[in-house]
Amino acid sequence: MNQIIGYIVMGMGVAFLFLGALGVFRFPDVYNRLQAGTKCTTLGAFLSIIGTGIIEPAWFLKCLIIAIFVLFTNPISAHALARASYKSGVKLWDKSVVDKCKEFEECINVEEEDK
Amino acid sequence: MTLLTFLGVIVVAVILALIRAIKGPTSPDRVVGVDIMVTITIALMVLLGLFFKRRIYLDVSLIYAVLSFVGVIAVARYLDKGL
Repeated sequence: MNQIIGYIVMGMGVAFLFLGALGVFRFPDVYNRLQAGTKCTTLGAFLSIIGTGIIEPAWFLKCLIIAIFVLFTNPISAHALARASYKSGVKLWDKSVVDKCKEFEECINVEEEDK
Repeated sequence: MTLLTFLGVIVVAVILALIRAIKGPTSPDRVVGVDIMVTITIALMVLLGLFFKRRIYLDVSLIYAVLSFVGVIAVARYLDKGL
């Protein structure tokens, strides 16, 4: 019973990982790629590592530590990367309709001067 | 058998992210590709530990996660305003 639940959870995680990598491969823009890749990959890694912990109950604690670490640090690095790529001047895709960050660019620059 | 199928799918995903890291037009594209590839590789290492019944793979995957986090933050800071 443990094995079946673990393999189901792990299969969902692997499907999310594959879809995230496919999105990174196919999407047209840095920001689209970041969104697809980060969301799908975070959930996919979390689910597959937790599935491993369910299959082998002796490993569950260490698997939980790795999964929670991935769950915390992956959005932080993606956010830093998106901010850096916007500020280093990468343009949005032609068909993207909204650019909320343009309104706050002044605020960002003021923050920069304060530092 | 199920685990072997999962490993094959994950290897295909790693190769897709690696292609994006090689041919990305700008440098943030490459960093995104490497970041996604590393996150998929962490899951791949945990599954390999289950496949070979070795517990040491979990430690390797945890250290790899920490190093990739520090590396991506450093590269983002470099792209932002220089080191």
